[in-house]
Amino acid sequence: MTGRLSSRAFLNSLLRTYGIFFIFLGMCIIASLLSPAFLTKINLINIVRQISIIGLIALGVTGVIVAAGIDLSSGSVVGLTCVVAAAFAQLPSGPRVLYPSIAGSPVYLSIAAGCLVGMLAGAINGFLIAKTKIPPFIATLGMFSAARGAAMLFTAGRPVSNLSDAYNFIGQGDLFGLPIPILLLAVMALFTHILYSRTKFGKYIYAIGGNEQAAHISGINVTKYKFLIYVYAGFLSALGGIVVSSRIGSGQPGLGVGYEFDAITAAVIGGASLSAGGIGSIPGTIIGALIIGVLNNTLDLVNVSAYWQQIIKGVIIVGAVILDQQKHKAVI
Amino acid sequence: MSRMADEYLLVMSDISKQFPGVCALDKVQLMVRKGKVHALMGENGAGKSTLMKCLLGMYVPDSGTIIFKGEKIKIPNPHDALSRGISMIHQELNPIPHMTIAENIFLGRETRTWYGLVDMKAMNKKTEKLLAQLGIRLSPTTKMVEVSIANTQLIEIAKAVSYDADLIVMDEPTSAITEAEVRVLFQTIRSLKEQGRSIIYITHKMDEVFEIADEVTVLRDGKYVSTDPVHTLTREILIQKMVGRELTDMFHKEQTAIGETVLEVRNFTGRKFRNISFQVRRGEIFGIAGLMGAGRTELLEAVFGVQRPDSGEVFIRGSKAEIGSPADAIRLGLALLTEDRKLTGLFMNAMVMDNMAIANMKKYLRGLLVDFRKICADSEKMRSLLQIKTPSLKQIIKYLSGGNQQKVLLSRWLLTEPSILILDEPTRGIDVGAKAEVHRLMAELTHQGKTIIMISSELPEILGMSDRIMVMHEGCKTGELARAEATQEKILQLATGTGLAAA
Repeated sequence: MTGRLSSRAFLNSLLRTYGIFFIFLGMCIIASLLSPAFLTKINLINIVRQISIIGLIALGVTGVIVAAGIDLSSGSVVGLTCVVAAAFAQLPSGPRVLYPSIAGSPVYLSIAAGCLVGMLAGAINGFLIAKTKIPPFIATLGMFSAARGAAMLFTAGRPVSNLSDAYNFIGQGDLFGLPIPILLLAVMALFTHILYSRTKFGKYIYAIGGNEQAAHISGINVTKYKFLIYVYAGFLSALGGIVVSSRIGSGQPGLGVGYEFDAITAAVIGGASLSAGGIGSIPGTIIGALIIGVLNNTLDLVNVSAYWQQIIKGVIIVGAVILDQQKHKAVI
Repeated sequence: MSRMADEYLLVMSDISKQFPGVCALDKVQLMVRKGKVHALMGENGAGKSTLMKCLLGMYVPDSGTIIFKGEKIKIPNPHDALSRGISMIHQELNPIPHMTIAENIFLGRETRTWYGLVDMKAMNKKTEKLLAQLGIRLSPTTKMVEVSIANTQLIEIAKAVSYDADLIVMDEPTSAITEAEVRVLFQTIRSLKEQGRSIIYITHKMDEVFEIADEVTVLRDGKYVSTDPVHTLTREILIQKMVGRELTDMFHKEQTAIGETVLEVRNFTGRKFRNISFQVRRGEIFGIAGLMGAGRTELLEAVFGVQRPDSGEVFIRGSKAEIGSPADAIRLGLALLTEDRKLTGLFMNAMVMDNMAIANMKKYLRGLLVDFRKICADSEKMRSLLQIKTPSLKQIIKYLSGGNQQKVLLSRWLLTEPSILILDEPTRGIDVGAKAEVHRLMAELTHQGKTIIMISSELPEILGMSDRIMVMHEGCKTGELARAEATQEKILQLATGTGLAAA
């Protein structure tokens, strides 16, 4: 069965593996031709900072999609976790303190509280999907609505402002000359990449997404690992919530609307397959998020209206899926 | 050309097709006469499926010509193939379960009334006529969920005929049906021949070729080997053509020292099996025979913890075993090679080495991380031990042939170092060469003191390989035979429930 690889076949396999990276490079070249402002340090840092929140969420969403699931609740979980974390970080001396008993807590407590709430939301998703076996679409659609409602209820619909400097530092501060959200994304991306590609947990979620029945027979505790990937996705949504609220210095129950779709878009552009399961990668997803960032940035730089930007993003996600299907068709 | 066109319905010549890393077809030819059954044979990976996909418009060949009904044609898509009168019955059938037979047959070209709605009455009537014409006794309004696999097969044929196909490709149509149902299928094939239709018949089963085919074309490693009239061939010659070497012994059975009882199943009862008990000994091959749907797979899946039985106990080496999940079974030294590679075995989009390592991941951990070098080393060992043909261990497994995929699955279980292997139809749908290798491996494993429980629907395999044979019929154990006393007739009697229980 071994045959030689023709040069065309070689090019095909190269494109299949790194195609999205070439597209990204091409976009950068076009952007730098369109606007001299693109290739400046400030602008490049700006792009990455803008995608850092979506990027964090997309890391978890990638795992969920690899496990043949979907998470529609990320944006709502961002809204819920950011108000919870902000309530802990509120200055007790300021006006309109939401919960005086917890306001003024140290920053690590804010972070812990936000993360725990995110993981709890993920655990509920995971339980519904893994244990009661309802479709991920339905379970996370329920959480999409419930988490947003919980955020509104928790704050009576009002923003949670006057946060501590320490908290705001997460979203606004610099470390080693780079904004903290970028560093956080880099660290979490690296960690998640190792988690998905080099650990038992990672191997198992790929197996479960690829063929659940075969995974079960191979001795994998499908229920447990399905549950865990949603918990992990909830955790990353919480990090997104903490970053977004600390960046604008205010936790608002309405934050994060539509983030779930941006995260899914990043994962899908990066090669995660909504139709097959067991396919997707963190480097791909990061490139996917960067493509969205560069696209938004370029369109801003050349003064394309925000309305057009939405249309173009829609075209791109559909285009990415069409490309994805083409490349699968070519080899069946 | 015109005389050729009179005699030959289809002439494919110099067909080549290349995939990344693999030359699937290399100047292959196939000539099918009118009103004849033409068998297409070859080991898995020989290129039969690829050639048929070129004919059906699922692939476009890189080069070569196709002449159909005397006319040189290109077939860009399956729809075009259908409209020219070429249709295929796939090995895996995909009916729409909650639609009726008539709805399935006329799917996508429903008869309409004059006001535009679907005319069920007319469709049912047409279907009834069609089924009667082929001697299929089923009602057009039966839902597909209620139809057996064998009848689904026949309905697929009816569907092909309803397209007025002149050429029908059948891909291993008997792989999932019983002997009696094979008779009905062959009857139908003969009546198709009488109507002047041609059939390309893909199979691994020698008996069928000699019974039903007029001519045989053999492919090997993507290359054309020969085309001969069946009556000029013998089994031995045909096998030799397929494997390119002589196969002296089909069943590599060796006498091994049989030891103490290692596994005992007591009073197992579940949805598809009732009150089954048996014992298996060290170094033994324990065959389980029966017809499709006798509950053999379900029984052993319950033993392995895939689905828990309603009642019953398992003892391993004398002590009671609690098997609540496959993970428990693996810990206790059991392995289960499942019947359906695609559905319950393979991770199609994963690499060969990941497919091998997945059931054994705990052994590959170094700290929290997976030790890839160890996986590589073990996979490489398995590749050379089982002679798995793959360009690389990193190859995505869906590009491998069925036989090689099966060997990868066997590797997966061997790597868990089991003491008891449950093999459910270990050689179904794989070619003669790979089959012999699997049998040799089984003999080797029992030599090492391992125990094998084998489900097989092929009587020669059961008879050739087993030390003892348990026979099941409709969920019940109808008998147990020692190797010496087992015959084809006795097993069939027990399997059909006509014999007395010999216990």
